[in-house]
Amino acid sequence: MSQAYKNDFLKEVEANVEDGHMVKMCMQCGVCAGSCPLGPHWEHSPQKIFMMIRAGKREEVLKSDSMWMCTSCYNCIVRCPRKLPITHIMHGLANYSHRLGLAPDKQPTREIAKLFWNNIVKTGRVNELTFSLAMYFKDGFGQGVKNAMAMQGIGLGLVKAKRLNPMEILGGHSCKDKSGIQKMVAKAREIEDRRRGLAK
Amino acid sequence: MAKKEYAYYPGCSSQKKASGDNFMRSIDVVCQKLDVQLNEIPDWNCCGASIGYGEGGELPRLVLSARNLALAEKNLPGQDMVSVCPACWLGSREAAERLHEIPGLMAEANEALKEAGLKLDGKVKARHFVEVLIEDVGFEAMKKPVVKSLEGLKMAGYVGCQTNRPFGIAGESFENPMYLDKMVEMVGAEPVKYDQKVTCCGGALAFSEPDKAQNQIRQIVESAYDHGAEMIVTPCQLCQANVEIYQSEINKKQGTKFNMPVVYYSQLMTIAYGGSAKDAGLDGQLIRAEKLEAIAGK
Amino acid sequence: MADNKFAAYICSGCGIGDVLDVKALEKVAQKEGKMAVVKNHAFLCNSEGVQMIRDDIANDGVTHICIAACSRRAKAEAFSFPEVALSRANLREGVMWVVAQGSDHDEVRQEMAEDYVRMGCAEVKKMKVPAGSPTKAESKRILVVGGGMSGMTAAVAAAETGYDVVLVEKTGALGGYAAKMMKRVPFVGSYAEAQPTGAAELAAKVMANSRITVHLNSTLAETAGSPGRFTAKIAQESGAVVEEAAGAIIQATGFTPYDLNKLPELGGGQANVVDQTGLEAFARAANGGAIKRADGKEVKSVVFVQCAGQRGAGGNGSGKHLEYCSGHCCGTSIKQAMYFKDQNPDIDTVVMYQDLRVPGMGEDFYRSAQQKGVIFTKSKVNGVTGGNSCKVSARDLILDEDVTVDADLVVLATGQVPNAGVNLDEWTAINTVAEGGDEAAKQQRSELESTSVLKLKYRQGPDMPQFKYGFADSHFICFPYETRRTGIYAAGPVRRPMDMYQAQEDATGAALKAIQAVENASAGRAAHPRAWDLSFPQARLEGCTQCKRCTVECPFGAIDEDERRFPVFNESRCRRCGTCMGACPVRVISFENYSVDTVGSQVKAVNVPDEFEEKPRVLILACENDAYPALDMAGVQRLTYSAFVRAIPVRCLGSVNTIWITDALNSGYDGIILMGCKKGDDYQCHFVKGSEMAHYRMSKIGDTLKQMSLEPERVVTHEVAITDHAVVAKIINEYVAQLEALGPSPMKGFG
Repeated sequence: MSQAYKNDFLKEVEANVEDGHMVKMCMQCGVCAGSCPLGPHWEHSPQKIFMMIRAGKREEVLKSDSMWMCTSCYNCIVRCPRKLPITHIMHGLANYSHRLGLAPDKQPTREIAKLFWNNIVKTGRVNELTFSLAMYFKDGFGQGVKNAMAMQGIGLGLVKAKRLNPMEILGGHSCKDKSGIQKMVAKAREIEDRRRGLAK
Repeated sequence: MAKKEYAYYPGCSSQKKASGDNFMRSIDVVCQKLDVQLNEIPDWNCCGASIGYGEGGELPRLVLSARNLALAEKNLPGQDMVSVCPACWLGSREAAERLHEIPGLMAEANEALKEAGLKLDGKVKARHFVEVLIEDVGFEAMKKPVVKSLEGLKMAGYVGCQTNRPFGIAGESFENPMYLDKMVEMVGAEPVKYDQKVTCCGGALAFSEPDKAQNQIRQIVESAYDHGAEMIVTPCQLCQANVEIYQSEINKKQGTKFNMPVVYYSQLMTIAYGGSAKDAGLDGQLIRAEKLEAIAGK
Repeated sequence: MADNKFAAYICSGCGIGDVLDVKALEKVAQKEGKMAVVKNHAFLCNSEGVQMIRDDIANDGVTHICIAACSRRAKAEAFSFPEVALSRANLREGVMWVVAQGSDHDEVRQEMAEDYVRMGCAEVKKMKVPAGSPTKAESKRILVVGGGMSGMTAAVAAAETGYDVVLVEKTGALGGYAAKMMKRVPFVGSYAEAQPTGAAELAAKVMANSRITVHLNSTLAETAGSPGRFTAKIAQESGAVVEEAAGAIIQATGFTPYDLNKLPELGGGQANVVDQTGLEAFARAANGGAIKRADGKEVKSVVFVQCAGQRGAGGNGSGKHLEYCSGHCCGTSIKQAMYFKDQNPDIDTVVMYQDLRVPGMGEDFYRSAQQKGVIFTKSKVNGVTGGNSCKVSARDLILDEDVTVDADLVVLATGQVPNAGVNLDEWTAINTVAEGGDEAAKQQRSELESTSVLKLKYRQGPDMPQFKYGFADSHFICFPYETRRTGIYAAGPVRRPMDMYQAQEDATGAALKAIQAVENASAGRAAHPRAWDLSFPQARLEGCTQCKRCTVECPFGAIDEDERRFPVFNESRCRRCGTCMGACPVRVISFENYSVDTVGSQVKAVNVPDEFEEKPRVLILACENDAYPALDMAGVQRLTYSAFVRAIPVRCLGSVNTIWITDALNSGYDGIILMGCKKGDDYQCHFVKGSEMAHYRMSKIGDTLKQMSLEPERVVTHEVAITDHAVVAKIINEYVAQLEALGPSPMKGFG
């Protein structure tokens, strides 16, 4: 542990993670930890994640699934006395660990985030039906049928209430300039990867 | 009074035949009664929603909203860009502000926007429809068209997260915002005090971590019941969907008997303004808001 | 001297006339109070009412006045007639506002008011107009001991206000600890960067000020006298002794860093483990360049260990190391961490803290250090080893795991040890033996006295008393600059742990206190807290039994003994609390306007009903500083309490003489409540020990009660703070109920 509290990982986070430059400003009060609705479910509170970064625990942080517990409720942000954009940092760490391939395999939020993003980039808008189906079937066909059956009451209810359109399977909502959106997103990703040294 | 005009996009969940389809019908009635005109931004796209960060990171996520802002600037110059969906608002306001705040980010965004043939100056303001109602129309003017009091109805005003945090409605506290309760009072109903007003419904984790999200939802519904509410009212599509849709799941798994209608503030206003249950989109409820329908039928 | 003429003025304003029979009050003042002039007025405190009184003084020869109106604490400016003796009967706050409303209570309300008029008349008859102390100040100079930041600041503040200053500094240069520092924690501006200490500039200002006489390489050889009349013998390096006169003294002798060698568990004494002073020396040597340690190696990694040997580090209450937090060290380490980061941001700079305490704008400074990349970790350091590569082993309290950190240099943030001189408890113990003639003890005493700072020729010992943890005396809760040595004020880290900013602020405050002291002394007035008071203690020595109680019990060491062991009062050291008066068993000590008689006559003036009337009488002796204002506030808040009590304000519970208690019990009072300030370590007594003395004396009143066959509940003592208006009403009502259950005093009818 002789490398404890050296600056290397903190500097990496500052350079590559959204709002990572604010990690050093945490004063370790713990208000974020007490404000998170998913408190009972993560291993490391934001407070602890920030300290782990400062202590140089790269692997433990980037392999943690704690950041993936964020519901984006922004409670930690508004309560942080030091005004750290905690939600953004959590999102940024999750994204960075995902892009490095270090985030836990099969982490459900990680998988769904990927499905969702691919869904919207395809047409520019969410296809609620194909997204739901993709979600159910993400763990294989058998599990997908089970998931779909479990949720069919709700699905049918939404169809009856005209809030889910079965015809969306054929394409559904879409932007006109799909290719422009795809190129734009690809470009943005290229710029960001270049900035973070992730460029291929 | 001159018509108030805004650039606007409904967002993915409030398009026709999407999960918030009924919500938009009530918004239309409210706009008509209050002389507000929402001009749809041509070819708008998804904001990336709260979970967009996972794969999309920072810049790709922000450019999605930047594109909408750029389209508004180009096609509806001079108009504020209004969202009815809190997630859309959060995404677009975040983009509008952060692209200015973080050095170099605006240039990078424009480099990406160029691929879609657009350019963003960044002068357009991103606002939520509730802000338009409170700040531009005002409670007094909102009250004027009320012809039917919703007297006797007890409502749990469920503000949730994203109209409240991190930006919030000006002048409100993050811990106990009052605007929704004031809207409930404005239509003659009674807001109940309960302790889960700003609790998170689980958001996108309703899909990925259903048990954890359903715990959140259970707390909210339970507290509304405990404090005598007859229905929950919310400004948020994701809150509405999560809190309404999963009650049957929770009942199944945890043996509760939840059957609490979850409606939008605009649906209350539509009924109070004399609209029918259909005008208000009450036919779109999974859990029927029978007491509201009864008033609408009177 | 002209004959005494007594007058009573009764006010019927503020509604007094509506609820009280003022005519009957006038009759009481005339018949029983024996007042030669009795007048009432509908608005006594207005210019017309006041003029009426002035006219009577000027034209009618009135010399003694009883004003029956509001509390003595109200309208003090309007009713200020310094040329006559004055008493106040409290009809408004003490009667009208606290007795329950309605005609059911008319009788007891009127009886209460009449008693207060009787008491006011009785009191004033025993009073004299104080003439002021005959021994006036000879010097208004201010002696400052210590030439560090605190001392220099005090000297300049006093000099610039127009007072001459004598500054004595032990070393050969001004500047003290500050002169050893590279920079100081910011005290103005954006609070983001360390700032120059300004010590050299301040020293130049001291040297250039013609009002300030500086003695370098000098110490005090002897200090004698009292406020306004101190003489200090100053021993110079050459061996010469010069004498300087002064009116007040400011002790600004600062602190010594806790000895690093006492911390071997944290690597103290080992190579490359330094304290904050050591780091300042490295930084000054580097002068903005790379900081090098003693062996010349450039420091690439540094760990700061906070609270080293502080805050009970050796185990709370163990007496090992310092029990307290020194306040400045977090800010100082932040500043020192910046020395490294500003020079080279790549230096690994870690601050290990348990609680980061950065009061005031220090929070901004802390943020600034975080911005610069200083790593702060909430860790408990368990051990340090020095050497070429130092190792710090600690428990990270956030991550809850053990860590070991390598560093080129470790800085221990050790605490401040006050340079407060001799511990008087120790001195007193040795002195008692030495006075018995023990030669070894005499030798010990003289060795101890050689470590004294002030070398006071006081019978109470050579320095001021020490407060907690060996810091110089302070009335910590209410009047931080006040000490138990009148006219001697402590400033800076000798008084309590503090940083440079606080020390300078402290020094300015102490300079003002010193100025106040010399001015009061020159006018023959008391010092704080009775700074207007011209009375002073007078003793009828022919009655004195040389029992020494007054000399021992005076909280301020104001009373010496002459060769025949009679008390000798140093009036300008006296605070006029009357603790000596309360102590005196033969009642020979008094003040012109406050005496055993002024209070005793009030006790006796009250009309005590017999046991068949079922109207108990309760005497309240209330400290005028806190308890009496609390009683007034109960009235202002319209809280009601029993109309059976009669309250007399006293200067301090310490002034309560037991004769008042026995007199009251003999006159048939059913009970007595003493109300005074909080005692103990966190005392709030304005006179430090007065309330404690009273509690002690009252604990012995049991024998007296037993002799009189009275129950112990007949006399009770309560601690009351100035904010306790609700508490006093409750105390009274519960006590009266308790007495009613107990039944009337068997002494009734014998008085």
